[in-house]
Amino acid sequence: MAKTVVLDRKPLSFSERTYLPQIANGLKTTFSNMFKPKVTLQYPEEKPKIPQNYRGVPTLVKDPNGREKCVSCQLCEFVCPPKAIRITPGGVPEGEDDREHVEKAPEEFEINMLRCIYCGYCQEVCPEEAIFLQDEYSSSGYSREEMINNKAKLYELGGTLPDQHYKWDKKKKAEGQGNSH
Amino acid sequence: MFDYELIQLILIKVIFAFLMVGAIMTMAGYSVLAERKVSAWMQGRVGPNRTVLPFVGHIPVVGSLLKGLGIFQPLADGLKFLFKEEIVPGHVNKFYYYLAPIVALVPALTTMTVLPFGEFVNAEGVTIPLILADLDIGILFVLAVSSLGVYGIVLAGWSSNSKYPFLGGIRSSAQMISYELAMGLSLLPVFLWVSEPGSTVSSLSLVEIVRSQQGSTWLLIIQPISALIFLIALFAETNRLPFDMPESETDLVGGFHTEYGSFKFGIFFVAEYAHIVIGSAIFTLLFLGGWNFLPWLDNPWGADWMGALIGTGWFIIKTISLIFFFIWVRWTLPRFRYDQVMDLGWTKLLPLALANLIFYIFVVTWLDQSNLNLP
Repeated sequence: MAKTVVLDRKPLSFSERTYLPQIANGLKTTFSNMFKPKVTLQYPEEKPKIPQNYRGVPTLVKDPNGREKCVSCQLCEFVCPPKAIRITPGGVPEGEDDREHVEKAPEEFEINMLRCIYCGYCQEVCPEEAIFLQDEYSSSGYSREEMINNKAKLYELGGTLPDQHYKWDKKKKAEGQGNSH
Repeated sequence: MFDYELIQLILIKVIFAFLMVGAIMTMAGYSVLAERKVSAWMQGRVGPNRTVLPFVGHIPVVGSLLKGLGIFQPLADGLKFLFKEEIVPGHVNKFYYYLAPIVALVPALTTMTVLPFGEFVNAEGVTIPLILADLDIGILFVLAVSSLGVYGIVLAGWSSNSKYPFLGGIRSSAQMISYELAMGLSLLPVFLWVSEPGSTVSSLSLVEIVRSQQGSTWLLIIQPISALIFLIALFAETNRLPFDMPESETDLVGGFHTEYGSFKFGIFFVAEYAHIVIGSAIFTLLFLGGWNFLPWLDNPWGADWMGALIGTGWFIIKTISLIFFFIWVRWTLPRFRYDQVMDLGWTKLLPLALANLIFYIFVVTWLDQSNLNLP
């Protein structure tokens, strides 16, 4: 065990007891601070740099083929702790060639931004990688209704993200080869 | 009939008085801006830089520069105080509650009457000081009236009928009374030094004290200890950090003005800064040579009205530098504890001021005797 060494405190000299040299020193520090570069971010004109993995406003994304990824499984709605998400499930219209094999799509998808707590559970739970919390952080509106993001708004905010799997393309291909599962 | 000369004289004085009040109030307003700007710069921020008048902001270079410096901020601040809702808490003593801000502001504005800011020689060769009232007890008047300002704070603290303002008021009165002594004692050696040896006329006039520093050294160099004590006492009297006991927002919420809002708070605010402006001006007059150029140098400008203008400008520059010093100290030092303030005032500054006085009594006596070959 380390031994504690008690140091004798040196008695203050006369100039130290007047505090004046210390005050002068402090004044020097603050004065030199005046000419240092400012750290202020002029907010509306300058935006902060958003780091990767930032949890901003939840959005819906499309895959690079422009297809809606959400299949309206409602897992996000179920997991959402403040119950901010409300999905009205719907079917995929017949005859859409590139969405063949997908059974469902959301008819309406609403996220109430007054309830959302930006926890990111929806992104975590989504089996289709359709919902992402992206870099948008500032949402404002004049009424409660304005603060509910509907499906169109969510896709507008989300845009397109790269896809690593093309899950449904693979399914379709497998089905074409007579091996649907 | 009417005595036209008298009316003329009164009119001129009234105009001068309004000009003076305007100038001091403008300086007080801009000290607030300076406080915000300087504190921001010292803390790595930019400070107020958004306010701008319509059209002015569109002038190419000047407009954005003025906007960046926040030149129009005091205007916005003043209007904000003016248009805010007047809230009077139910538990206050109405009469004194309304009286307090006025009592705080009036002494600050009264002391400016004996504040000289320049002098010029007219066509007949008579030297005329630029001053509203050339009292030969100038500094005495300043000390007497400016210490009345404490009544405003005490009244505010008491009439608010609430614990924090009350504590603020008590602290403030104790502090002001303590530092008043050191302040007065630190000035005595100055006037001992200035009054001419052997002459029957010795004056407390602020004009005389500036004249005595003309072409010779500043009193700051002759009497550094007096200047230091006076400066510290000035900080205490104007309730600036490190002595802002009446306000001390960390332990007393807002101090004496906790229960005040809108325009009444604005008056307290302006009074505080007017005190600082006038305190800086007094220190400049007493220790920094007033409108005289530099120590040991004759004024490079003439004594006509042009020279008077330059001298006044020089005096204002010195005053502004001192105001900057006030702000600079505020954003450097932490606040003293209340007992430390009292300790510093009574056991350090007062004995030091007394010793300083006695020392200079001996020096001045010795000088006078050797100069006049008195027995």
